Amino acid sequence: MTADKKSNGASRRAFLKGAVAAGGAVAGAGMARAAGEPDPLITEVQEWASGFGEGVDATPYGLPIRFEDDVVRRNVEWLTADTISSINFTPIHALDGTITPQGCAFERHHSGAIELKKEDYRLMINGLVDKPLVFTYADLERFPRENHVYFCECAANTGMEWAGAQLNGAQFTHGMIHNMEYSGVPLRTLLEEAGLDAAGDLADKWIYVEGADASSNGRSIPMDKALDDVLVAFKANGEALRKEHGYPVRLVVPGWEGNMWVKWLRRVEVMDAPVQSREETSKYTDTLADGTSRKWTWEMDAKSVVTSPSPQSPITHGPGPLVITGLAWSGRGAITRVDVTTDGGKNWTQARLAKDGESKALSRFYLEIDWDGSEMLLQSRAHDETGYVQPTKAQLREVRGENSIYHNNCIQTWWVKESGEAENVEVS
Amino acid sequence: MSKSLKLYGGTALGAAAIMAVAVNFADRNVTPMPERADMMGEAPANPDLGFIAMARAASEPHGNYNLGRMALPEEIAAWNLDVSPDGTGLPEGSGDVLTGEEVFIEKCAVCHGDFAEGRGNWPKLAGGDGTLADKDPLKTVGSYWPYLSTAWDYVHRSMPFGAAQTLSVDETYAIVAYILYSNYLVEDDFVLSNENFLEVEMPNADGFIVDDREEAEAHFWRDDVCMSDCKDSVEITMRAAVLDVTPEEEEEAGAEPAEAETEMAAAETGEVAAAPAEEETAALDPELVKAGEKLFRQCKACHQVGDGAKNRVGPQLNGVMGRTIGAVDGFRYSKTMASMGEEGQVWDEDALAAFLSDPRGYVKGTKMSFRGLKKDEDIAAMTEYLKSFSE
Repeated sequence: MTADKKSNGASRRAFLKGAVAAGGAVAGAGMARAAGEPDPLITEVQEWASGFGEGVDATPYGLPIRFEDDVVRRNVEWLTADTISSINFTPIHALDGTITPQGCAFERHHSGAIELKKEDYRLMINGLVDKPLVFTYADLERFPRENHVYFCECAANTGMEWAGAQLNGAQFTHGMIHNMEYSGVPLRTLLEEAGLDAAGDLADKWIYVEGADASSNGRSIPMDKALDDVLVAFKANGEALRKEHGYPVRLVVPGWEGNMWVKWLRRVEVMDAPVQSREETSKYTDTLADGTSRKWTWEMDAKSVVTSPSPQSPITHGPGPLVITGLAWSGRGAITRVDVTTDGGKNWTQARLAKDGESKALSRFYLEIDWDGSEMLLQSRAHDETGYVQPTKAQLREVRGENSIYHNNCIQTWWVKESGEAENVEVS
Repeated sequence: MSKSLKLYGGTALGAAAIMAVAVNFADRNVTPMPERADMMGEAPANPDLGFIAMARAASEPHGNYNLGRMALPEEIAAWNLDVSPDGTGLPEGSGDVLTGEEVFIEKCAVCHGDFAEGRGNWPKLAGGDGTLADKDPLKTVGSYWPYLSTAWDYVHRSMPFGAAQTLSVDETYAIVAYILYSNYLVEDDFVLSNENFLEVEMPNADGFIVDDREEAEAHFWRDDVCMSDCKDSVEITMRAAVLDVTPEEEEEAGAEPAEAETEMAAAETGEVAAAPAEEETAALDPELVKAGEKLFRQCKACHQVGDGAKNRVGPQLNGVMGRTIGAVDGFRYSKTMASMGEEGQVWDEDALAAFLSDPRGYVKGTKMSFRGLKKDEDIAAMTEYLKSFSE
């Protein structure tokens, strides 16, 4: 990251102040009503209560209402050389529930998002199979289908925070994640269709999966994972995949780093050994303090983040009832519990999970408090069903140093000030 | 076993399968397979389905569902390009360092620098020796990559950026030889080939361990989390606001009103200024512009055009028509293009057409790896589209 990082503190502060000032005005109006003056929004007939709204076909495929147009993916320009090979971030600070709408689910491309229509789509299975096969999109639709909700997290999510607190916003520190309901065919079904007898002992076999775009991004995956829960998906959240997520077909590799979820999936090769492609040697390997590097760190460890209040979602209503909320997930299984602290880790309270954790999917947690208006150091701590507990930044650095880039699942701290503004900080 | 052997084996099988078509077809016609019935009905009307039907006819019954068709040997050969550390998949060929330098400078240096040292935010491919244990290690092919096959495979399949899969096998060997040379791993007379490929030792080959989190981080699995009075004091030790590298939020919000204001201002200052611009746009053929816009998609990886266009891999193309060749500030042109500009040559319709039809023929040594537009109507459309961004 030798980028020309911009240093424009004044306008940043202006934004934060503006947000709080706007909030203050709203609170003020609320108080005026409380003082007994009638609210014209109630006492006067409003335009929308008298005239027409839009007819049914105004947006044949609907978009969010324009008042929500700040809830969008965002790019961090200094991170990469070009948007063609880059990543943007899901606005997790502004969403609730667990399902990420496709339109704001983060994108990551290596050679840009291509347009590949269903009629031109081909999937090849070759290598150590009984019969190498080619499937059309229509072929895939005829195999028995499954539906599963899974999170997809880029291994670099929170990677900019290894050496210190850097970006002010949950969107930027933790937004390389989305969570969708995928519909598709188990990869196992397709591999069995091609026949795995020729591969012999499957315990030491691998598959290599590759995309149809110009990067032909490819990753090696051990056969036991390939036969376990990997999905060849063509729908997400009920609708066709978006172009930026691999339309018409992508791979879903539950719980494992997003780079393996190959988009525009065109080929699955059964092999004796991993290919050691660029994405699994030069990238997605984790360099430790002594200069050695871990490879094949596929699973995403348990992690959580408070999405509100947070730097992009300040408290605007003043003291009183406050909903603290956030997301938790684990690539090793279901989230069983999330703890929240408001004093930087001195005391913790178990938060409420919106529903029982699902394996390798996002969980939403809530902690309702009565905020007294004093500053807070907010953190959350996830536990998963394997007994793994999300570590602090110090605990992670103790094992991994600061140069790992990937797999930073540390506990995040937001410093919420008396004004309700929040900032990304590190604490002792 | 090498892939070429597997492929020849496949060809023999494929030929046998095709010869069996008639028998197979007749035989399977007896069985009322629903998918076959569909195909028979639609095949004559739809050439694509007809092709699938033919290919499927060549297919043997397989799997639990008998869906999909056998992959033909030439299809597998076209896609099965990956190369493994043991040399599996590596095609016959060779390339030397000096040839590699030429090809690298022509096709790779625009992003990676003449000496593989990297430009801007693009990856450095050389250097970094002995830095892996430092703060901010420099990870390059020489300092970090454990296998040479990774470099060959990536260059051949995914590079150059924006023109993937256009390098010949020998060019790839030459480029990889040059990258090794740039990392001081071979001498300048070195020739890399499929024969000596496995002899090249990568410095960091032993620098990797398999994921050991379950042992090294076993203490992260615990059931004794502290819930109260866990520490005496808490201090803020670092603040993101001090570094302040977070993208601004108000930029987008501010953009719209500003634009509207400019438009309003232009309208108020009268028709005199607006008239010439109108005349120019009126001369454009909207159909051609539209066709050109579609064609321009293939250029987008490297060139930007329109509001806020910046130099990327290639220069921004606003107002290119009538512009002196090689004249965009801050872009590093090839020597030929720079000297064409110094001679006073400009991009007019003829020059643009000549360049678009054969970039490398028209500008020897251009860094643009695009192979050219073959059809006159495409060139006309592209020209019209670029003209629509005249100042």
